[in-house]
Amino acid sequence: MRDDAVTLAPLKQAARWRRAEWGFWLLPVLAYFVFPENLVLLSQIAITGLFCLSLDLILGYAGIVSLGHVAFFGVGAYAAGLLASHGFGNPLLGLGVAAASAAVLGYATSFLVLRGADLTRLMVTLGVAMMLYELANKLTEITGGVDGLPGIEVRPLLGRFDFDLYGKTAYWYCLVVLFVLFVLARRLVHSPFGLSLRGIRLNVARMPALGTPVNRRLSAIYTVGALYAGIAGALLAQTTQFVAVDVLAFPRSAELLLMLVLGGSGTLYGALIGTSVFMTARYLLSNLNPQYWQFWLGLMLVLVVLFARGGIMGGLRNLVRGMHREAR
Amino acid sequence: MKWNGRLGIALCAVLCFALSLPVVAAEPLKIGLVLPMSGPFAGYGKQIEGGVRVYLKQHGDTFAGRKVVLIIKDDTGVAPEVSKRVAQELVVQDKVDILAGFGLTPSAFAVAPIATEAKKPMVVMNAATSAVTTKSNYILRTSMTLPQITAPIASWAAKNGIHKVFTVVADYGPGHDAEGQFKKTFVAAGGEIVGDVRSPVKNPDFAPFLQKVKDTKPDAVFLFLPAGEQPVGFMKGFAERDLAKAGIKLIATGDLTAETDLDAIGAPALGVINSFHYSEAHNSPENKAFLEAWYKSYAPDRPAFMAVAGYDGMHLIAETLKKTGGNADGDQFVEAAKGMKWMSPRGPVSIDPATRDIVQTIYIRRVEKVGDKLQNVEFDQVPDFKDPGKS
Amino acid sequence: MTVIFDGIASGMLLFLISVGLSVTLGLMNFVNLAHGAFAMLGGYVCVTLLKRADVPFLASLPLVMIVVALVGVVLEKTLYRRLYAATHLDQVLFSIGLMLMSIAGAHFVFGDQQQPLVLPEFLQGQINLPGLDVGIYRLFLVILGLAIAATLELLVRRTRFGAQLRAAVDNPRAARGLGIDVNRVFTLTFALGSALAGLGGALGVEILGLDPGFPVKYIVYFLIVVAVGGSGSVKGSLLASLILGVADVAGKYYVPEFGAFVIYAVMVAMLIFRPQGLLGRALAH
Repeated sequence: MRDDAVTLAPLKQAARWRRAEWGFWLLPVLAYFVFPENLVLLSQIAITGLFCLSLDLILGYAGIVSLGHVAFFGVGAYAAGLLASHGFGNPLLGLGVAAASAAVLGYATSFLVLRGADLTRLMVTLGVAMMLYELANKLTEITGGVDGLPGIEVRPLLGRFDFDLYGKTAYWYCLVVLFVLFVLARRLVHSPFGLSLRGIRLNVARMPALGTPVNRRLSAIYTVGALYAGIAGALLAQTTQFVAVDVLAFPRSAELLLMLVLGGSGTLYGALIGTSVFMTARYLLSNLNPQYWQFWLGLMLVLVVLFARGGIMGGLRNLVRGMHREAR
Repeated sequence: MKWNGRLGIALCAVLCFALSLPVVAAEPLKIGLVLPMSGPFAGYGKQIEGGVRVYLKQHGDTFAGRKVVLIIKDDTGVAPEVSKRVAQELVVQDKVDILAGFGLTPSAFAVAPIATEAKKPMVVMNAATSAVTTKSNYILRTSMTLPQITAPIASWAAKNGIHKVFTVVADYGPGHDAEGQFKKTFVAAGGEIVGDVRSPVKNPDFAPFLQKVKDTKPDAVFLFLPAGEQPVGFMKGFAERDLAKAGIKLIATGDLTAETDLDAIGAPALGVINSFHYSEAHNSPENKAFLEAWYKSYAPDRPAFMAVAGYDGMHLIAETLKKTGGNADGDQFVEAAKGMKWMSPRGPVSIDPATRDIVQTIYIRRVEKVGDKLQNVEFDQVPDFKDPGKS
Repeated sequence: MTVIFDGIASGMLLFLISVGLSVTLGLMNFVNLAHGAFAMLGGYVCVTLLKRADVPFLASLPLVMIVVALVGVVLEKTLYRRLYAATHLDQVLFSIGLMLMSIAGAHFVFGDQQQPLVLPEFLQGQINLPGLDVGIYRLFLVILGLAIAATLELLVRRTRFGAQLRAAVDNPRAARGLGIDVNRVFTLTFALGSALAGLGGALGVEILGLDPGFPVKYIVYFLIVVAVGGSGSVKGSLLASLILGVADVAGKYYVPEFGAFVIYAVMVAMLIFRPQGLLGRALAH
């Protein structure tokens, strides 16, 4: 036996699906039966979860802090919305075009985030997103501005499933898209490409010494993140059959960052858990107190940070570690 | 003896029969209010809710034998998908009979398809874009439309010695609509637009625009900005630069000098001439009763047009239900509501049977000090004005 | 010419509110997105003093600074201190949570409408020079801004406290080894940053208005100033504010169609050419 054998076993282990993961994906299926009257909320959680996932890819894995990720979401939403309002209502076509448009924009702007520290990237991405917002607002005749794009008609999914009042079709549509994209993302982050990203995040100065084309990798993941975000935007436009400039607004970006940090970045599941917890809490608090629910939501965030560093996933990890220690 | 037994059985039979008869009790009337209760437009929600509750306090909470149950949900005002979601929840979970509220146009636009699909009446109590009522045949509006309140000030200006106007509007949908309507009416009446500028929606400082106005020296400035800190900033700047002293008048739509923001603007608001459908200073018995009821519950807050729209929305619902005998079925309700006329705290109003939109008197007012409060004092009017945005 | 002056005044107000953030972010390495909440608090304290206690405007300003500084001290000792070692992202989560609470709190206590503020007579109006109209309040802001910038520079560069602060920022462990009470230094710095935010908020009510949404509305502008100026640099913040203020106002005057884009375009351009900000230290982290 060689003492210095390098084994890929731990990495391969991590790439395999754990039981807890299967359990996690069973939950949305159960939710369909347990909460039939809340499907619109659940669909929106799925959409925002996908959006948050796209941010995790660039922030949690590649370390690119972005406050402007909403730009790609908005571009995707408008691509799908504009297609649908001009007669091309096929949802899958809309997804495709949205993905492509967002990816192109992502690639084009990726060069802006290659340099600079956290604050710089934060502000550059923010600046780009805000300019896009202003542009969409200026072109009110085309985009509908704050009042929204009129006349969006989405054809039934696969020619059969109508988007109904209860939101059943919308829910399965969003869930399936989320699951497929999640599986792809999971494979991506466990691949050598994904590992190189983690290396870049942890020690960007060292990576070129290993032969990693850092800039190219960052551009690539930024494009992928943009693509995912664009699809999420398209899903929103199609399931609500409405697009207005608020899909490009800054609060959406800020909330997204919030949800990701809440869940714990760099784990993919953190994005989904953070989104679910945040949006569910907001829904429940808003029903309890329509006027001042923000106070309780803010309090929840403060408490999470004080008592669970690294978000919910971080807290769970510590808990599990603690339990393992006690078990020994 | 046998007598008692048979009598007993007979009595039981009668009792059972009587108890098995269906008990006719009127179902409660559930009204779902979709309002911005938090966020930058929380004030709108508060006003509308206030108007709604004042009506219920004044007239009792039973409409046509049905008890009114209000369910209020926050849609934050800035995310139409939230408006859509809460409306869907109101319809599907809470099983409301009527949807109402809608502080902003995109919220109304997003919810319209739900009203259509679920066949529920939708009473819009604020959203002001013309096209709102065209989005669903179940929409009724009790607030106003932007063109409806803009055209009169343009006509008035043209008739009263104002020939050159510089327009300053916020650069977003409603701002463009206001600018468009003003220009259309003003130019048709013989006036000249000597300059126009659209200020960014997020605009903390009006210095550059005020300076542009000063340089151009028009007879008047037509202003349209979203309610909040912008009208305050603009009017304070207007006063600071002595534009009024230079002979430039300030004309606007009345939502800039709404009672909720008037005190924050203060003295710089004096003399601003505007056209609108409601003023606290409107002298009528209905308004007096409304104000009394309002201040009992909500003093020291002042009621403004949104509160009155909420108030009138409830009145519309109450009177329509009287007409339909308590039936809130979408098609029948809307049919019965068409053509409804009544005397609102703002003046006479009616629902246009063709468009389901509100027809009302638009007043020309000037901001003056009445007692120790600033008020919009009415001095001219355009009665029974329909929304010109649809013609 | 007036446009340039207006731009400078606009920049000065931005500086006054943002410099506190530059101090806490740059010197203490804490991402405090609740900065706008301290400014808002300053505004509300000022308005309350004017309305209820009839305190004259100028006299209220130092009181505002003291009150907000005290609040800052309390929050720093109880909450912020625990998070100095936390990641920036956790600090973001925390400070946004705090910001949400402050917005809802202000809404609850003060209501959601605009707060009225009437300036004293001698600060109203304009001085009309040939070719240049100088707003008196704006002139006041410019003078005050320069005074504060100068005082801060002196404080950081020339006083013992400033030296202690710089030492504590560069290497807390070594500073402690030299007997510098790092905790006290940080508390005082945070108090200073908050006091400046409060002052900026109070001064800003006249121009920016005041309602519970203030922190969320303007946080972007504060971040822009700090990023472009370089966090931790008072001179950098001043320079950045002036450039942004003039660009914004001049842009809206000369090319109003692009008015909204100017400030973001300038920011992105400057950050691409100098990612660390104008006078920021090339950040190692």
